[in-house]
Amino acid sequence: MLKRILAGAVALVVPFAAAHGQAQEKVLRAVMHADVRVIDPIWTTQTIASIHGMLIYDTLFGNDANLKPQPQMVGKYEVSPDRLTYTFTLRDGLKFHDGTPVTTKDVMASLKRWGSKDGVGIRLFSYVVKQEAVDDKTFKMILKEPYGMVLESLGKSGSSVAVIMREQEALTDPQQQVKEAIGSGPYKFAKEQWVPGSKAVYLKNKDYVPRPGNEPPSSFAGSKIPGVDRIELVWISDPQTAMSALVNGEIDFYEAPNNDFLPILAKAKGVKLMMTGKIDGTQGMIRLNHLHPPFNNVKARQAMYHLINQEDFLRAIVGNPEFYRVCHGLLTCGGPYENTGGSAFLKDYNPKKALQLMKEAGYKGEPITVLFTTDHNTITPATQVLVQAMREAGLNVDAQSMDWGSVVSRRAKKDPPAQGGWNIFVTTTGGVGASNPVLHTWIGAACDKGLFGWPCDPEIEKLRNAFAFAQTDEERKKIATDLQTKAMEQVVYIPFGQWNTPLAFRADKIDGVVPNTGLAVLWGITKK
Amino acid sequence: MTAYIVRRLFATLPVMAVVALFVFFLLRFAPGDPAAIIAGEDATAEAIAAVRAKLGLDRPMVEQFFVWILQLLQGDMGVSIFSNLAVTRLISQRLEPTVALTLSTLFVAVALAIPIGVVAAWKARKLVDRLVMGFAVLGFAMPVFVLAYILIYFFAVQWQLLPVQGYRPIAEGLWPFVECLILPSVALGVTYMALIARITRASMLEVLAQDYIRTANAKGLATDRVLLLHALKNAAVPIVTVIGIGIALLISGVVITETVFNIPGLGRLTVDAVLKRDYPVVQGLILVFAAAKVLVNLIIDISYAFLDPRIRY
Repeated sequence: MLKRILAGAVALVVPFAAAHGQAQEKVLRAVMHADVRVIDPIWTTQTIASIHGMLIYDTLFGNDANLKPQPQMVGKYEVSPDRLTYTFTLRDGLKFHDGTPVTTKDVMASLKRWGSKDGVGIRLFSYVVKQEAVDDKTFKMILKEPYGMVLESLGKSGSSVAVIMREQEALTDPQQQVKEAIGSGPYKFAKEQWVPGSKAVYLKNKDYVPRPGNEPPSSFAGSKIPGVDRIELVWISDPQTAMSALVNGEIDFYEAPNNDFLPILAKAKGVKLMMTGKIDGTQGMIRLNHLHPPFNNVKARQAMYHLINQEDFLRAIVGNPEFYRVCHGLLTCGGPYENTGGSAFLKDYNPKKALQLMKEAGYKGEPITVLFTTDHNTITPATQVLVQAMREAGLNVDAQSMDWGSVVSRRAKKDPPAQGGWNIFVTTTGGVGASNPVLHTWIGAACDKGLFGWPCDPEIEKLRNAFAFAQTDEERKKIATDLQTKAMEQVVYIPFGQWNTPLAFRADKIDGVVPNTGLAVLWGITKK
Repeated sequence: MTAYIVRRLFATLPVMAVVALFVFFLLRFAPGDPAAIIAGEDATAEAIAAVRAKLGLDRPMVEQFFVWILQLLQGDMGVSIFSNLAVTRLISQRLEPTVALTLSTLFVAVALAIPIGVVAAWKARKLVDRLVMGFAVLGFAMPVFVLAYILIYFFAVQWQLLPVQGYRPIAEGLWPFVECLILPSVALGVTYMALIARITRASMLEVLAQDYIRTANAKGLATDRVLLLHALKNAAVPIVTVIGIGIALLISGVVITETVFNIPGLGRLTVDAVLKRDYPVVQGLILVFAAAKVLVNLIIDISYAFLDPRIRY
């Protein structure tokens, strides 16, 4: 009855409804893990900015699902026998969204900006002597040493991808955001329709020339054939509403459904769950501050290993063992460089021993400041488990509750904990980046120049560097094992396991969804 | 009256100045750093410092305050630290959904609450009255988000009569606009309905005990005329006061409803901006909210004069 009344009401007001041409349009509505707030994927390392970037920009290379770099904008390339000169030639027909052709000027300026901002880019460009244009379509990159990860770096996925912008944007100071988002990728950004905090709209680039061969997407590789006329990245902050919207068919794709809702989604009509790529996932980590007592003593840091039972953390965060994995290493388990170096540290859960080692390291019951994030769906429960374990062991924990925005700000402070600094915070990192010693910035120990916590060990940095110059895969594996052993010994961080969040989508409405390897691949999705 | 209105409008200036002062410095004293959020997960402390310097956040706080005030005096609320878009554009994008939700909620609340409040007073201490008061207690007690999820579950997911979420501007058609607002308005309106119904009942009970009502009844006037013309009009001042407070609360209090129903309004913009420490956006929004509250209070005060001829300014 109610339905009939509403149908009647619809009939009454239909004449008022504006006739929109959108009825003919194929629109993909996707809810991502975050909202597009920044349009410059180089200025910020936020993953959502890279997802936005990969829709509108193109890259010279794209790493495939096996992390092998494949040419994307590059038609052909050559490496000199001494591996010091790389010559790249762009494919024919590449054009920016404003109609201007992509030239080597744009490419070199873009790479220079990326190379002065992104960690991987900075490392690559520390070996680049110069970039030299041969003509509008060909340029050379000349190195001072035979750095082995040039193509992998140019094709990296995850944050701060090496996207190619117009020269005028690429000349922007890397510490400032570009003002226009005009790329040469498969979709154009509709800036006038952008409502930050609500939705970002992308329109099909009809002039895009995909790589020949109609190759299916494999992470960032393959022919990027735009599958729909319009993509709307809708931001729904409430996970339950997003789930209901997917079940109701109001959205087509949900990148990061809450673990609690997976059983409901698995049973929902028309909805399919797809596991992300085998190394795409999240690794949890506990970061200790190496600058201040008690964790400026390696023995105190190692004591913390004995408080970690990864199952406790993973059950609290994920629950269903189908979606998590105990992993006692720092390099992604399941990745090409997974190894057991130093993993024995994490196989001895023993709170009494932890307290004993802490005392031996000079700990006398001083408060240990933990930055307790209160508003994060994985970091919050993980911090709760950690604090509980520390208290049960007899440590004096000063858990300071704050939102994630405050943690991000506070963790950058090098002051002692009593003066606004900290001892411990919990965070996560992506499985793809963590699978490679060079891309995995959290494994570094570059002292003051490193990430928060500031671990300091020249040997670790030396091993990371050596990895990039290794000639064979065997050599790389050996270095990766040595590196992980040393990093575990120094406790650059304490891993508490890995987990995957499956993608959820309307299988009755869309095709072409592929597992992520670092970032969601949206350009190949088609609408039925 | 005109002189009164002009006086009141001028009186808003010091109010806004105090609001501006407080919002600016409270935000700066609160923990958090937009530069750290922008720089992202893998940024070093040096990278964060570089972003902070480029945003001008490393300058003395007083200097930043005067720069902002100078901008404001020129009608410029600044630019979002994150999106690089003008704060005025961000606010105007979000104004329509919030105003639409506020008005539709008020419509639902007032249209239902006043009649049931009047009936409850008329049938005081009888079954109808008890039912109305029971509903009022339930309306107060039930959190908006609980009711919202219940409505979504039945009306959107199970029966698929209405959308789960979203907002469609009126420019896209009347029905798409209305269908997106039905569930949020009901969810949000129940609390206000309960409040207004209780106040209406209490106010009406007081008026219905007056001698002139007894005289009107003795003269044989029809009940509806007694209730609506003689009683309700004289009971209107407290009701209008509550409705006015309701409008002010709704404008800034729609956050939960906007979040659950994914309506891109000012409430969500505020929460997002606070969480991201997007200072210019938060500052602009607080000023807009303050101005709206001042304006609503003014309108309510003026309406008293029309409802009760004894009130003169």
